[in-house]
Amino acid sequence: MDKQRRKFLKIAGATALAGVSAPAVVKLTSTPSLAASDHGAAAGHGDSHGEEQPTGIRYGMVIDMRKLYGKPELMDKAIEACHSVHNVPHFEDKKNEVKWIWKMPFENVFPDHSVYYSAKIKEENEYFALCNHCDHPPCVRVCPTKATFKMEATGIVAMDYHRCIGCRFCMMGCPYGARSFNWFDAKPNIKKYNPDFSARTRGVVEKCNFCAERLPLGKEPACVEALKDTGAIVFGDLNDPHSELRKILDKEPTIQRKPTLGTKPSIFYIV
Amino acid sequence: MIEKALKGKPAYWMWLAILGVFITIGAVCYLRQFFYGLGMTGMGRDLSWGLYISQFTFLVGVAAGGLMLVLPYYVHNYKAFGRITILGEFLAISAILMCLMFIMADIGQPLRGLNMMLYPTPNSMLFWDMVVLLGYLSLNIICGWVILTHERKQVKPPKWVYFFVYLSLPFAVSIHTVTAMLYMGLPGRHFWLTAITAPRFLASAFAAGPALIVLACLLMKRVANFDAGKEAINKVTTIIMYAAIINAFFVALEFFVGYYSQIPGHIHSLQYLFFGLEHHGEFYNNLVPFLWAFVLFCAAGLGLLAYGKIKDKLSDGLVGAACALIFLGLYLDKGLGFVLGGLVVTPLHEIVEYYPTANEIGITLGIWATGFFVLTLLYKIAIGVEHEVEG
Ligand code: SF4
Ligand code: SF4
Ligand code: SF4
Repeated sequence: MDKQRRKFLKIAGATALAGVSAPAVVKLTSTPSLAASDHGAAAGHGDSHGEEQPTGIRYGMVIDMRKLYGKPELMDKAIEACHSVHNVPHFEDKKNEVKWIWKMPFENVFPDHSVYYSAKIKEENEYFALCNHCDHPPCVRVCPTKATFKMEATGIVAMDYHRCIGCRFCMMGCPYGARSFNWFDAKPNIKKYNPDFSARTRGVVEKCNFCAERLPLGKEPACVEALKDTGAIVFGDLNDPHSELRKILDKEPTIQRKPTLGTKPSIFYIV
Repeated sequence: MIEKALKGKPAYWMWLAILGVFITIGAVCYLRQFFYGLGMTGMGRDLSWGLYISQFTFLVGVAAGGLMLVLPYYVHNYKAFGRITILGEFLAISAILMCLMFIMADIGQPLRGLNMMLYPTPNSMLFWDMVVLLGYLSLNIICGWVILTHERKQVKPPKWVYFFVYLSLPFAVSIHTVTAMLYMGLPGRHFWLTAITAPRFLASAFAAGPALIVLACLLMKRVANFDAGKEAINKVTTIIMYAAIINAFFVALEFFVGYYSQIPGHIHSLQYLFFGLEHHGEFYNNLVPFLWAFVLFCAAGLGLLAYGKIKDKLSDGLVGAACALIFLGLYLDKGLGFVLGGLVVTPLHEIVEYYPTANEIGITLGIWATGFFVLTLLYKIAIGVEHEVEG
């Protein structure tokens, strides 16, 4: 059962994009990112975003914060969109919180980046945080049951909520705090239940799934769709040099979260 | 042999009854947690491991500590440990049982625990930890039981059992090394991301485990007419001293790396544990008293032992006090400080302090009580056999 579902996900994901992109061996970003000049290059850590998963599809995202500065209500809209399609429960206290995408000050989302003498705009605004769908995901490495796994066909780091034993080792492994645990029953705290997507049981971990369930239906991720008219989030294939995503990355300098850890995030930020 | 555990003085039954009360409390608390969820604990999204995992980590060390008795006896043929190696093996059994119970208490879907075996995942250190823990548990059950039954019949144990005895030596090292690897390989957790974690775990284990055995010996000397022998106790305390000093040395090295390099991630946890951490005008220091108690207890314990050895006045009282201090000190260091200190700065750079709930403490005490219950029965059997052989 488990295996079949997983296989289905993989096939569905891959076929949905078949023909969209030919496998290409390319550098992910040709512009040197700010991140690299921060740490990697100078310290000789080498390439902080080299060409990983060079073939096939590797989904990624660029978040253009410039389009969101001063508009927290837009960010809330995206968060709300994600959480309602995915039946993410709402808990009042921070301790029991479950969240897939949220907003936080710059120093929390990018703790490795200096905040001395930083631009005012950085201090006045909050930034999106979500799972990075890392190319080298530590959460997958530590999971003792393969309940967290990487879909090789798409690069999405997905979860099998029916296999997870709730050891929370993945939450220790993830350096981005992207994962939430269901400390209590979710059902009573889901505002409006979406029957198209299952709710999680108590005692398992969950996180952003890059809308793996929507992609095969030809839909964009819910957060991208919610901000469609602003174009603040662009989703696409990092390995396809002709994708809109790649065009932006080729042009704009971007940063990533904690690039020195070698996880190779698939989310890029323009700040 | 089991029948030996069924006969005892009133004090023996009283002790078991007291443990029984705690076990019952723990069981009730666990049922509450089972039906309402792990939200009943003090853990949360930003600090998602707590008391259970830290007890687990400490107890793996207690289990591994038995090595310090088994190794001199079997490898170096150090006869004075003849009477107490079995205590090391039986301590390992009960400590690992506690470890397994703490893991079960910690996971959100205990009924799916078997998934670890159904979908074995060699890249996960938790998988390997399970393998070595179960292996070490079985080895100790086999060795302890076979050797004890043969001792009772006053015949030499069969040759094959020595194979398992020698196999258990690297296993003892591996259980604590792999447990350290749970922490050591996590990117972004600076306090844990250091190769010294494993040797430090071993050093503190080789002090804490034997210290507990010495305490048990002294207690049994009074209540059960069991004398481990002066030479043995003397030797064990020397081992404890060396191990505790090496542990202190490793802790000092951590301080050097943090405060000399001035890299914030390497300082934060130490700062929080020993001095308190300030962040956005708030001061976080709820573990400071415990960590200073660790320093004081270990220093006092070492001082007492050193004094006793130099003056050649190692009385039972002095040894007992010293071992209790060292055991408690190391418990505070590893059973509280190591895990909670590593978690205080979250990956999102917030500071989150941890306060266990009453329910969580109830479960924790219940599991400790269960472990001591098993330990009491096993030691009762072991001593019963020794008395039978001698008397
Ligand atoms: S961000 Fe965290 S949860 Fe997401 S893939 Fe990377 S390590 Fe895993
Ligand atoms: S909590 Fe679930 S997904 Fe995370 S490591 Fe444990 S089994 Fe894997
Ligand atoms: S990609 Fe999908 S799952 Fe992830 S944050 Fe956006 S809407 Fe939520």
